[in-house]
Amino acid sequence: MSDNGNIQGNGRAQTGSFRVKVGLAQMLKGGVIMDVVNAEQAVIAEEAGAVAVMALERVPADIRADGGVARMSDPGMIKEIIASVSIPVMAKARIGHFVEAQILEALGVDYVDESEVLTPADEEHHIHKHDFKIPFVCGCRNLGEALRRIGEGAAMIRTKGEAGTGDVVEAVRHARTVLGEIRRLQLMPNEELMAYAKNIGAPYALVKETKDLGRLPVVNFAAGGIATPADAALMMQIGVDGVFVGSGIFKSGNPTERALAIVKATTHYNNPKILAEVSENLGEPMVGINVSSLPESEHLATRGW
Amino acid sequence: MKIGVLALQGAFIEHIKMLEGMGVEAIEVRLPEQLAGLDGLIIPGGESTTIGKLAVMYDLMEPLRRFAAEKAVWGTCAGMIFMAQDVGANQPLLGIMDIVVARNAFGRQVESFETGLDVAVFENGQSAPFPAVFIRAPKLVEAKGDAEVIVRLADGTAVAAQQGKWLVTSFHPELTGDDRFHRYFLSLVREVKIDD
Repeated sequence: MSDNGNIQGNGRAQTGSFRVKVGLAQMLKGGVIMDVVNAEQAVIAEEAGAVAVMALERVPADIRADGGVARMSDPGMIKEIIASVSIPVMAKARIGHFVEAQILEALGVDYVDESEVLTPADEEHHIHKHDFKIPFVCGCRNLGEALRRIGEGAAMIRTKGEAGTGDVVEAVRHARTVLGEIRRLQLMPNEELMAYAKNIGAPYALVKETKDLGRLPVVNFAAGGIATPADAALMMQIGVDGVFVGSGIFKSGNPTERALAIVKATTHYNNPKILAEVSENLGEPMVGINVSSLPESEHLATRGW
Repeated sequence: MKIGVLALQGAFIEHIKMLEGMGVEAIEVRLPEQLAGLDGLIIPGGESTTIGKLAVMYDLMEPLRRFAAEKAVWGTCAGMIFMAQDVGANQPLLGIMDIVVARNAFGRQVESFETGLDVAVFENGQSAPFPAVFIRAPKLVEAKGDAEVIVRLADGTAVAAQQGKWLVTSFHPELTGDDRFHRYFLSLVREVKIDD
């Protein structure tokens, strides 16, 4: 990523490069990306200090409740949201559904989330994301999954957690897994890397790059079950670069206050005094589902290969 | 020398790594008291609306203006927006530089780009082009008073300006590993220090 070899003097501009894709995610760091289902919610999110919004038709809690096939959102709704805010707008495509991604690119969304929250369109293959000029974010539960997605062209990673539950336990599990695997990888001698790459199903070059960097080669947010300012700060202290909050804001008693509190908590994640202040009097959090009570078949995080 | 990097949100770690790589002490700034003892400040890229709101909520606006009145400050991308007098939108601004800026002026992410720039202010102006990354970048619409455009794209678009000890770039020198812009900023910091 630090290869400046092809740079020429004032003149030719290159769009859609990997550095430009990763660069937008770098600008989102230390911030909160919020799920919104209409322009009104998008404006509330921007007002509260969100760094980006994720446009989708139903938040994960409702997708869970309603059942059925969850697909890309209506382009009309996405256009309305794009027109209503100045911050970046993301939108979700189904795993492997490269035509939904083409449509989102044509709409001018700033990031595509190839997301397990929607019903997968392909049970073996993800989208070849290098083919696109817009960047992609993908979910992961472990280092192998993260590096497979980056190998396919993802410019940002989010640990999956369990969306639509308000239970942070899976977000913690996945972030600890990825970060712990990276810490162990750093201690591995180089001769063990090829076998390790084989075992976790990850491209060797990315395993080596991750070892050398001591972190994923792209920005890594946490997602799936974050519902309170303390949850956001917990994920930041564990070591992620920022957070996605899905159902946690607009399924709570006071979305405006809660959104603002989560933004403040993400910036001041290491300051317990500020965390105490912002956690006061926020009203009811989203009701939530214990992940341990969910049958295996309803786990969204197991989608993705 | 001690340089602060405003760490409310955005790519502040990238700036800190660049500074540390040059042997300069770098401090994350999230609250007003953290400005004490700094020789200069970098306001990083990120979302300018988010950075502005957090700066207002944590009473940083006046302390930042007072700091800038005496010390060197450099804003990259969102930082450039935050330092401007006018961006044609209703959002919190420091307004310390006499510049007018247009947000997202090159288009959405699909139009984000990288290119090489000839930068005359470097000590060796004839050296290699500077690799510049523009992410949903702002444009400098106008530099007024003492503010002066120092870098332009081939088509004439202004993308960096200086006003005495204040510097703004609409691109991200913290993303490329090329530290020439950081060195240039440190030279402005040193000039202020010598004048003290």
